[in-house]
Amino acid sequence: MAEPQPIHEHAIESLRFIRDTMERATAFTAVPGWGGVVMGATALVTAAISGPPDDTLRWVLVWFADAAVAAPIALAAMSIKARRSGAPLSSAAPAYRFALAYVPPLVAGMVLTPVFAMTGLMARLPGCWLLLYGTAVATGGAFSVRIVPIMGLCFMALGVVAFASPAAWGHWFMAAGFGGFHMVFGIIIARRYGG
Amino acid sequence: MARAVASPKSQVPRPSHVASPAPAAKKSTLELDRLIHERLRLGIVSALAVNPRLTFNDLKRLLKTTDGNLSVHARKLEEADYIAVDKSFDGRVPRTEFRLTAAGRKAFEKYLAHMEALIKAVRE
Repeated sequence: MAEPQPIHEHAIESLRFIRDTMERATAFTAVPGWGGVVMGATALVTAAISGPPDDTLRWVLVWFADAAVAAPIALAAMSIKARRSGAPLSSAAPAYRFALAYVPPLVAGMVLTPVFAMTGLMARLPGCWLLLYGTAVATGGAFSVRIVPIMGLCFMALGVVAFASPAAWGHWFMAAGFGGFHMVFGIIIARRYGG
Repeated sequence: MARAVASPKSQVPRPSHVASPAPAAKKSTLELDRLIHERLRLGIVSALAVNPRLTFNDLKRLLKTTDGNLSVHARKLEEADYIAVDKSFDGRVPRTEFRLTAAGRKAFEKYLAHMEALIKAVRE
């Protein structure tokens, strides 16, 4: 026969269950839909400005500038969405887990970018970036709604296709991925998961 | 509007494995919202407390439960006006979404306060 459980322990267990459920549920809204749409729009503009990859530093810097614009948009959109749902990012365990899974592939991309540039493969960066960004979204998305890892897998597939295609098509792949995927999936996330 | 708050019939029956509460905590125990106290319903309300709305499939996956179980418990919460259900079609696929009502949020906050009061009463 089980030992009697003091009622306050029963209450503590209930509160723990509530907290765990809220933390896991918060992940459903952590990924910003409308933020993704804005990021997609900036990527389309950037693709028009950059043109095809041409083995110059200018091409890479144009995309770095886009990343510098997109990152604060993503962070602000995530923060606003999380705050609106009552679970600020600073205190949300799902956001921490998401970041732990999301960041390593991006760091790998940052390391590989100069390697590609120094070995004459700068025009192949679109495939590298799409593949590793897709990996980041797919792994981070494991802690979010199903559509997020699906978006990651689409980016990865596009990265593979970009590697297999002529390097001169790189900006089209960048526009399709960072522009098109962000906008399409962003609208779906915004409509289905509250913004 | 059906409610399960503080009516004698809705008192939580003390399970045999749960020891007697301290006197100060007893009042809180008697006022427990039985409707929310059930584990799956508590999960539904907790998840909706941090999301504007969640689909049936989201909740099913989050709470690791079955269609039938979720339907039964969600209906009880809906009947009590704790959650609202919106049914629509996504293309040809039926789509069911849940959201917490003002009454549901109030009941959830009251439940949290009761749990905290129980813990505090025993520790004092």
